[in-house]
Amino acid sequence: MLNSSLRQLGSALRARKISSVELTQLYLDRITALNPALNAFVTTNAETSLAQARRADALLAGGKAQPLTGIPIAQKDIFCAKGWRTTCGSKMLENFIAPYDAHVIEQFNNAGAVNLGKTNMDEFAMGSSNETSHFGAVKNPWDMTRVPGGSSGGTAAAVAARLCAAATGTDTGGSIRQPAALCGISGLKPTYGVVSRYGMIAFASSLDQAGPMARSAEDLALLLNVMAGFDERDSTSLQRDKEDYARELNKQVGGDKPLNGLRIGLPKEFFAAGMGSDVAKAVEAAITAYKKLGATIVDISLPNSRLSVPVYYVLAPAEASSNLSRFDGVRYGYRAPEYADLTEMYEKSRAQGFGAEVKRRIMIGTYVLSHGYYDAYYLQAQKIRRLIAQDFTDAFKQCDVIMGPTAPSTAFKFGEKGDDPVQMYLSDIYTIAVNLAGLPGMSIPCGFGDNAMPVGLQIIGNYFAEAQMLNVAHQFQLATDHHDRAPQNIGLQGS
Amino acid sequence: MPHKTFVRAPEWEIVIGLEVHTQLSTNSKIFSGASTTYGAEPNTQADAVSIALPGVLPVLNKGAVERAIKFGLAVGAHIAPRSVFARKNYFYPDLPKGYQISQFDLPVVGQGALTIQVEPLSGNAKPYEKVVRITRAHLEEDAGKSVHGESQGVTGVDLNRAGTPLLEIVSEPDMRSAAEAVAYAKALHSLVRWIGICDGNMQEGSFRCDVNVSVRRPGEPLGTRREIKNLNSFKFMQQAIDYEVQWQIDTIENGGKIQQATILFNPDTGETRAMRSKEDAHDYRYFPDPDLLPLDITPAMLEQVRATLPELPQAKRERYVNELGLSAYDASMLTASREMADFFEDAVDSLFSQVRSAINLGAAPCAEPYAAKLCANWIIGEVSAQLNRDGLDIAQCPVSAQQLGDIILRIVDGAILNSGAKEVFRTMWEEQITWSALGGKQARTADEIIEAKGLKQVSDSGAIEKIVDEIIAANPAQVAEYRSGKDKVFGFFVGLAMKASKGKANPAQLNDILKKKLAG
Repeated sequence: MLNSSLRQLGSALRARKISSVELTQLYLDRITALNPALNAFVTTNAETSLAQARRADALLAGGKAQPLTGIPIAQKDIFCAKGWRTTCGSKMLENFIAPYDAHVIEQFNNAGAVNLGKTNMDEFAMGSSNETSHFGAVKNPWDMTRVPGGSSGGTAAAVAARLCAAATGTDTGGSIRQPAALCGISGLKPTYGVVSRYGMIAFASSLDQAGPMARSAEDLALLLNVMAGFDERDSTSLQRDKEDYARELNKQVGGDKPLNGLRIGLPKEFFAAGMGSDVAKAVEAAITAYKKLGATIVDISLPNSRLSVPVYYVLAPAEASSNLSRFDGVRYGYRAPEYADLTEMYEKSRAQGFGAEVKRRIMIGTYVLSHGYYDAYYLQAQKIRRLIAQDFTDAFKQCDVIMGPTAPSTAFKFGEKGDDPVQMYLSDIYTIAVNLAGLPGMSIPCGFGDNAMPVGLQIIGNYFAEAQMLNVAHQFQLATDHHDRAPQNIGLQGS
Repeated sequence: MPHKTFVRAPEWEIVIGLEVHTQLSTNSKIFSGASTTYGAEPNTQADAVSIALPGVLPVLNKGAVERAIKFGLAVGAHIAPRSVFARKNYFYPDLPKGYQISQFDLPVVGQGALTIQVEPLSGNAKPYEKVVRITRAHLEEDAGKSVHGESQGVTGVDLNRAGTPLLEIVSEPDMRSAAEAVAYAKALHSLVRWIGICDGNMQEGSFRCDVNVSVRRPGEPLGTRREIKNLNSFKFMQQAIDYEVQWQIDTIENGGKIQQATILFNPDTGETRAMRSKEDAHDYRYFPDPDLLPLDITPAMLEQVRATLPELPQAKRERYVNELGLSAYDASMLTASREMADFFEDAVDSLFSQVRSAINLGAAPCAEPYAAKLCANWIIGEVSAQLNRDGLDIAQCPVSAQQLGDIILRIVDGAILNSGAKEVFRTMWEEQITWSALGGKQARTADEIIEAKGLKQVSDSGAIEKIVDEIIAANPAQVAEYRSGKDKVFGFFVGLAMKASKGKANPAQLNDILKKKLAG
């Protein structure tokens, strides 16, 4: 049951082989057993989840089930869910009970899914190792001494450790793809604007995008079907016809090979110095596998992608410094217990409520927006952002999808990059350009590195090419079994 | 050495520019569906967006955009096909997001102009017209309010107003006196109400003025300005500018220098005082709001809004002067507000249509300009005086424009005199007020009142002749005087005849008969 796909779980539920309550309880029991070590969940609420499961069972009994009805899904703790504590990994919101549902939560509720709990994350989604969470770092289920990646590390670990059937993440510079790679699961960041940001606590508004994280591309498609869709409450949400993201999964193409005619672009900048040799080996093996599936390889260049990290670390902190101003201790959230006046209330509440990485980015962002620096930093970064996007537009004239590594290395040890923020920022060197361009990107498991830790293959598509990308990933997963491998010591023996 | 006299022109030239915050009359807030109604219990109109809960996003209210476009068209401004919302970052408890969404380098309304009628304060100067250039107007959201003193040591925050749509209208420093500044503010106040984008309620803060004041010797470059914030009455504006100008002149004449500053006017003392200097000015770290798309205004949308624009005050004034033959002064008085102009036009329409449909008017003048002039005189004179007395505005006038037309019709056709008409008007006014308070019963019509009060002129020549005969018989000495060539004594007979007829004798007829009879 724990290794079943969402489609299989849906069938089992509809066939009444298992009830949603039983399935939910199964996962809740696993969380009780394994979460103390993994720290993947920040909040669970068994009563609420089971009540939702009972409602799902009624729908299932009444024959009114949708594909995800009754399936327990974990939610990154960045999504406001009515009645649920929503912390965003921060002391600032340690006791914040959201009074409303994010669009994503609403969509899952409407689909009959069960909210299994809220997953741990880097504070305000700022981090690549989950070490910035106020609630302690999440452990990588493959090796508890290593990081799960971030910021959606709790989700990645929970999915990898089979603590939930699937889960949600958000990705501002790689926060879905990098932890998916480090935990050996699949994750998709959709085109900017495909999933509404309403109710998703903002980090960098022009880059933030929610997406699904699961054990296979097929699962991702079913999840995205629920998450995507226009929402008038988000002005950057795109008004498009509803599409079935699973529609291309088993579509037959001409010829004997499933990916005949697919042109894969390999950017030379992604295969240069900086990538671990074990990562390179796994990625190259995946490319070889793709050739066998019928794809052809095109060498491409993304000349401005080398600037994506510095550009990102101007724009994202700039937006964040403003987005996080609302956490001032006045209306909700943490307020310092003692203060002499208004200014001190602000200073102490924010100094005590935010962690070091959040404060660092607020300061960077405040600096780059300041009078006299705005043109040199913010405006300049916006210009380069357009050049980076143009690189992709040019590249997609020659290829259908772009592939490369998701992260330069496999999961690193706790504390390994803690002292040097720039080293940490470079973990997202391959993923950031995709957010800057607003393109869809995903990561799928493609093997294991020297230390037996998973390696992720990044697939970047053109705008709105999610359905195509999902099939490209799906065909690889039909031909390989990297995505089916599970970590040891997560209690799967005998189940 | 405070000078109590007014500024000594022409040694000093006063330079004034205004920034006016007009609250747009939308039902809901600029970025959320919360209500904008004034005066609700604190925080009952503060939805998730108004209190800036984590995760909420702004969605632009189209009604606010339409109102901004309407204003731009009314002042002949360029409407930006693409404008951008920016975040103005600062911390304050009444600013829930820690930033205000405003427009910075790309405002929706560009350069325009407003023609104003200035009435100088000094006694013998004549009213004149002036064109004030408008620099820009941009959309933004209002902040909430800090509430002090409700309980000891605690400041409350009321976010009902947070997110209320504002149009900030910025003028060029084109005004050269307090009178011009007040005239501009009044013209703007009238215009935004005229085109229906703002209720103009200054007590409730719907129309707030920031006034930038500097002085210079004529021909010199602009002096350093100080900004008087948040003036919400024209009287205070006048007082604040007068005080500030004198303060600046005194400061410079005493060897001081003006420092750029934001200042507040205290209506109780009539003085201004500095709130903050330029040194502690904020760095607002403006940047485009990534939560909102650029605001694109299509030509079609522009035309749609243009179609809803009423005839503007300036166009009306010109029409009143050129087509109705009114004086510039009358035209300007009648276009002080749209309600006033509507009342005037309704009265003229009502009167003119009746005049035309009547077939037995004889020699009565019935041209439209004549009717217009009569209506104008009545509205500017008697109607305005009564409204003032009762503290009402024209929209609340107990006597309707049609009723006024009915009264004036009887002057035009010679049935009553002006004095009689005033009595009819006042009677109708009182009846309307009393009876509407008693449950909606209508006042009597003009004709009913004329009839009941016996105000109809005596046009019966027999009756007038009888009066004249009696007067001539009773005053032989004056008759002799008249006949000896002293024409002045004619007025004496007119007076007696009018008195005898209780003012109802038709004056033209009386004149004719008197002359004939006195001539013997």
